[in-house]
Amino acid sequence: MTGGRIGACLALFAAGLVASAATPAGAASLVVRGETVYPVSGPPIADGVVVVEDGRITAVGPASEVAVPAGAEELSAAVVTPGLVDAHTTVGLTGLLNQAHDQDQLERSEPIQPELRAIDAYNARDPLVDWVRDLGVTTVHTGHGPGELVSGQTMVVKLRGDEVGDNVLVPAAMVAASLGRSAVREEGSKPPGTRAKAIALLRSQLLAAREYHRKLETAEADKRPGRDLRLETLARVLDGELPLLVTVHRHHDILSALRLREEFDLRMVLDGATEAYVVADEIRAAGVPVIPHPPMARAVGELENATMELAAKLAEAGIPFALQTGFESYVPKVRVLPFEAAIAAAHGLGFERALAAVTLDAARLLGVDDRIGSLEPGKDADLALWDGDPFEYTTHEIATVIDGEVVSRTVR
Amino acid sequence: MPRRLAAPFALLAALALLTAAPPAAAEIHAFVGARLLPIAGPEIADGVLVIDGARIVAVGPRGEVTVPEGAEVHDVAGKVILPGLVDTHSHLGDVEGGDRSDPIQPEVRALDAIDVRSSDFQRAQAGGVTTANVMPGSGHLMSGQTIYLKLRDGDTIEELAIRRPDGSIAGGMKMANGTNSRKDPPFPGTRAKSAALVREAFVEAQEYRRKLEAADDPAKRPDRDLGKDALLEVLDGTRTVHHHTHRHDDVMTVLRLRDELGFRVVLHHVSDAAKVADEIAAAGVPVSLILIDSPGGKLEARDLLLENAAALERAGATVALHTDDWITDSRLFLRMAALAVRAGMSRQGALEAVTIRGAEILDLGDRVGSLEPGKDADLVVLSGDPLSVYTEVLETWVEGEKVFDRTREPDRLWAEGGWGAGDPRHGHVACFDGEAGR
Repeated sequence: MTGGRIGACLALFAAGLVASAATPAGAASLVVRGETVYPVSGPPIADGVVVVEDGRITAVGPASEVAVPAGAEELSAAVVTPGLVDAHTTVGLTGLLNQAHDQDQLERSEPIQPELRAIDAYNARDPLVDWVRDLGVTTVHTGHGPGELVSGQTMVVKLRGDEVGDNVLVPAAMVAASLGRSAVREEGSKPPGTRAKAIALLRSQLLAAREYHRKLETAEADKRPGRDLRLETLARVLDGELPLLVTVHRHHDILSALRLREEFDLRMVLDGATEAYVVADEIRAAGVPVIPHPPMARAVGELENATMELAAKLAEAGIPFALQTGFESYVPKVRVLPFEAAIAAAHGLGFERALAAVTLDAARLLGVDDRIGSLEPGKDADLALWDGDPFEYTTHEIATVIDGEVVSRTVR
Repeated sequence: MPRRLAAPFALLAALALLTAAPPAAAEIHAFVGARLLPIAGPEIADGVLVIDGARIVAVGPRGEVTVPEGAEVHDVAGKVILPGLVDTHSHLGDVEGGDRSDPIQPEVRALDAIDVRSSDFQRAQAGGVTTANVMPGSGHLMSGQTIYLKLRDGDTIEELAIRRPDGSIAGGMKMANGTNSRKDPPFPGTRAKSAALVREAFVEAQEYRRKLEAADDPAKRPDRDLGKDALLEVLDGTRTVHHHTHRHDDVMTVLRLRDELGFRVVLHHVSDAAKVADEIAAAGVPVSLILIDSPGGKLEARDLLLENAAALERAGATVALHTDDWITDSRLFLRMAALAVRAGMSRQGALEAVTIRGAEILDLGDRVGSLEPGKDADLVVLSGDPLSVYTEVLETWVEGEKVFDRTREPDRLWAEGGWGAGDPRHGHVACFDGEAGR
């Protein structure tokens, strides 16, 4: 995905700023001790330590083997994990109050608007951004929500900084689409009014983008079409640069999505995928990763056949996946990633697989595992500290670290 | 599921009884070896719980409780048994209340609008819920009469309804203030108008009663008015007001109206509870609280805190928790108790909040909410600690009948979800479908 490099530069710049502003030079090191440290990339470490310098992890290992820099700030906790990575949310676009003025995840004027950018809609100061950061989430894949055929773009951003530009890892990560009832307009005569019409509209637009792209590349300079932001974005989807993130729940709609993928040779990620367990063979054969609905998503409407074991079933089927909090139209206005992962862990997935699904597997799915997702030397120092099993109901998250900076000490 | 078989089998069994010796012992179940959390007293590490028919007859440590001869013994070593959970605020079965014609509709009954074949009931059983106050919504100042249900297996609402000693169907009255009930006329447009409309309705009911009582001649009595009859039950205290309220000032308005009109009231949801915990405790008004995973989602829930339960407990208020199903999932009701503990409530307080406190709030404290001899045999068998995410509800019993058993299908389907979980519970028209009755 593009933009990773730009994000890296920004993050380095920001880290440099913080280090020089907040602490004297040379003291930008942090030591985090855990009775158990879960690097995720390797086995858990008893009595472990993570050493951080200038925002990056420089060492991870048993306390007896790792040299700790003198004078470093120290934190300790029962359990230390990588900062959690939410594979899909709308936080920052769907604000706390849930009033028209703070809901920017969905533009209803037209069914296909891939040109809408997440970076133009994200509010880094929304209280719910703090809320999830205080609960251990350090990076989110957020952006336009479900509810229109193609609602807009998503991005990957760290939950640090006051403005969106401070910490974007991937400014345009995917293009969000919906199939099934949520793509179909219930009222009025504006299309699409049926599932089949929705697919026809989407195919037509993709074909138009293909033609646009062809003309751009082959036409004489003076005959090239003018810039068209919409078709330009869809051309990036056709190129495979931007995956199509398809929110879809019913089994037959999942198959429609896979049919579309095959026709246009798209990079695709299935989102929600409530009934994926009845078409698991087809999904695996297509090589499409899945971001299953939050396990506590309400089992109503197209999710009526939801199971809290969906992640476990995907794991069993050998389908790559990562966990998400998704979009909520009411309460809880934002779901909490460790709370959701806990339910997946307890409903067949198990602790370690659930932890991977909200850290390294999520980072991989989002293409940012070179930076985040595990505790390894060279990676960004994004950590979550817990006073017990992170998934246990009564455990507290006690501190969150992003790029080596302690961004939360709220006990929650 | 054998639940549909129960009735025909019961008939067959009854016929058999006429000719054979009475095998009444089958009615007696002894649960041996579990950690018992009676709620009414200290936990019992290695306990014996005996139920006979619909009632609990003995609770105590192994060695102190005799297992009656002929009892069906359940080895539950390593398991945990809690009283059946009491949910003080639920919307199971697609319940409806008043329509858009009037903001105050006391004559409307939830009783007339519940689909008992909805799989909602099976999911609630799978969560260990055995008693629920099923209510109409909060879009009215008064959306109608609520109904207290036992989550027995039944095909009609009457089979689930809880009866008061006089035989009437138990329930409360749903009210709301704040933003949900503010809308276009005839609904109120402001908070003050909301309160005025409520006062007016109760004052009219008081006048109705005065005329009823003053009329020596039956012919001069006012015509019967269903709505006012229900309001009189509220004023008499036989029908508790279950009052949706979120913001601190709206909470105080409810307390003010209670002081003026004299109804019995339970405060529900109470997003701002921590701000007015002392006032609530001083008023002696119980709270039926909800905890949500994040604040917001509506203006009034902006400051909703997981710490609300602990704040009320510290202030000395009576606290029950509720699911508000489908706002939260009945299958995860115990999770809310755990979240209360996470945010500072005592463990005992949180367990009471999903059992005995709810029972008391519904005036059922003498029948449900704890494991005590004489109480209804409503219980939940858990695989482990009630506040752990890794714990499963294994069995749920209502009045001596096992209504949920995780080892059998489709009960497991209701518990986890999956293909067909969204369908209504299937009716059984034949007596035999391959599964043996109990």
